[in-house]
Amino acid sequence: MNIIVCIKQVPDTAEIRINPETNTLMREGVPSIINPFDLHAIEAAVQIREAGGGKVTVLTMGPPQAETSLREAISMGADEAILLSDRAFAGSDTWATSYTLALAIKKLEFDIVFCGKQAIDGDTAQVGPETAEFLGIPHISYIRKIDEVRDDYIKVERLMDDGYDVVESSLPVLLTVVRELNEPRMPSLRGKMAAKKAGIRKMCMTDIGADENSLGLRGSPTQVRNIFAPEVRAERKMIEGTAEEQVDNLIKELKDIKCL
Amino acid sequence: MPVIVIPDKCTGCETCLESCPFDAIEFRDGKAYINEYCNSCMNCLSGCPEGAIIETEPGARNTEHRQSLEDYKDVLVFAEQREGRVVPVSYELLGVGRRLSDELGARLIAVLFGAGEPEAQELVKWGADKVFLCSDASLRKFSDDVYSEMLAKIINEQKPSIVLAGATPVGRSFIPRVAARLRTGLTADCTSLEIDKETGNLLQVRPAFGGNIMAAILCPDYRPQMATVRPRVMKRGEYDENRTGEVITVQIDSTKSRTNVLEFVKEVSEVSVNLHEADIIVAGGRGIGGEKGYKLIEELAEALGGAVGASRAAIDEGWIPYSHQVGQTGKTVNPKIYFACGISGAVQHLVGMQSSDIIIAINKNPEAPIFNVATYGIVGDLFEIVPMLTKKVREVKGM
Repeated sequence: MNIIVCIKQVPDTAEIRINPETNTLMREGVPSIINPFDLHAIEAAVQIREAGGGKVTVLTMGPPQAETSLREAISMGADEAILLSDRAFAGSDTWATSYTLALAIKKLEFDIVFCGKQAIDGDTAQVGPETAEFLGIPHISYIRKIDEVRDDYIKVERLMDDGYDVVESSLPVLLTVVRELNEPRMPSLRGKMAAKKAGIRKMCMTDIGADENSLGLRGSPTQVRNIFAPEVRAERKMIEGTAEEQVDNLIKELKDIKCL
Repeated sequence: MPVIVIPDKCTGCETCLESCPFDAIEFRDGKAYINEYCNSCMNCLSGCPEGAIIETEPGARNTEHRQSLEDYKDVLVFAEQREGRVVPVSYELLGVGRRLSDELGARLIAVLFGAGEPEAQELVKWGADKVFLCSDASLRKFSDDVYSEMLAKIINEQKPSIVLAGATPVGRSFIPRVAARLRTGLTADCTSLEIDKETGNLLQVRPAFGGNIMAAILCPDYRPQMATVRPRVMKRGEYDENRTGEVITVQIDSTKSRTNVLEFVKEVSEVSVNLHEADIIVAGGRGIGGEKGYKLIEELAEALGGAVGASRAAIDEGWIPYSHQVGQTGKTVNPKIYFACGISGAVQHLVGMQSSDIIIAINKNPEAPIFNVATYGIVGDLFEIVPMLTKKVREVKGM
């Protein structure tokens, strides 16, 4: 079984702070990590290989420094790693990202493609399904459990708002996974050694035969017009005084508007 | 990069630094340099007093595939059903859709798969001019393949300018496929949708960078402009018993689904029902400091007859279980009263609760952004304020 895992190197968004004076992001010192959902995708792929044999290939699209995330994936048990990197990819929205990823995946053999359900920097959850569409294969989102995998068949549980669906699909298929699926393993010592030595295969625009007009900013239908901090609520009232006065005044306010 | 610096014109004054929201300008040998964090927002173009920062190829965006925009007019809402019943976010989308279509002087179209004529008529009363209905019972079960095929076909025929769908597990799964197929943009989890007065384009606002800041997104050269909206973010429109509209029957597509739902198992957590239905929510953040703080929050919620919520910080610390999380990666709530205790107010949290009627913020730090969205703000120690509040609420209620 050939399994491809798409991963993304992201800034640890929990560590990002906003400069209150300029309303801009402060990135300095923010660590780069593998998107947390993608760790579960790697784990799922490695477990399937351990059970039935095959090969796990991790793929990332990003700047050259994303190589560190690929090595980390190898230390968790992935067999091969591919860095999809080109200046022409810069500024890609979800459409252009999916188009690019799909072209790279088409150069490989695959039965299952795994993605995390979404990346914590963009939070769109769109790249998985869009990539499946470009590949012309089915996809199942929000996988929380894998019940059965055979050569041409898979049965999984898909998390819904009000419960879960048991879904079957033919292969090849693309699956996006949620945290409940598994507990990602820590890299083993052997894994770390393998990660150090591993050769990283590199692919650029010409390697995947991409149409330059569909790449990066040029190929992206959406564009960011501007970014800003949320607005201040107009009718705000600060309640001053000692703690006791504050509490009494709040109670009074709530009584006045018939909320208590 | 689509933005470059003309070195001869750059005086090294560093004025441009503040114009960049992405921290993408650095100085190398006294000259500005645009690094890979650039998101092409073009803010820096006007941020340079010397005019030294320019777009490499103005209008470099590829417009080869661009559809003739004038052909695309209406607003289309995908109305989702679960177990044959229209889900509430659909009515919220019809509210937004009605407003946008009135502004554009266009029609509001709804698409409904797997429900019947009465449900379609309800959509009319909630604002739709036209409903495309396929009541085939097999569509009650969600299929990415069949839904994508059928919706893409209706969009290609009707040519709406705007397409809206709920950011539910169903919408978030198949709407991206439709966007990929139509070669157009899709913006997830929008918190505000407005028509840009100058251009008539849809201005789509959503949280960005893990919910640290808001971004306004445009899809100027492609149609339709597609967006998803999370449940309970927008208010419902007006229900008009007497509104009439046209219901058009659509045949089921012969596309064979490659995935198949064998079974649906209902599993609704009590916590999530409580959070969605409660009139009052008392939520804790990093400031609650641990389990002792959590207890205080719980007691206040109990005294008020409300539910317990939490910010991501409190979840990540393991003080409150995940099911209580309110925010972009958790639940979106809009109770009558929302108490934010020890919550700093990152955008990621705000987008999940800022449509609450009344927000009461209790925080030590007067600079905390939570006070920006608060109706009532109390700067103070929650370990002192919250127990006292619980006691007085009990007194008022005679508990």
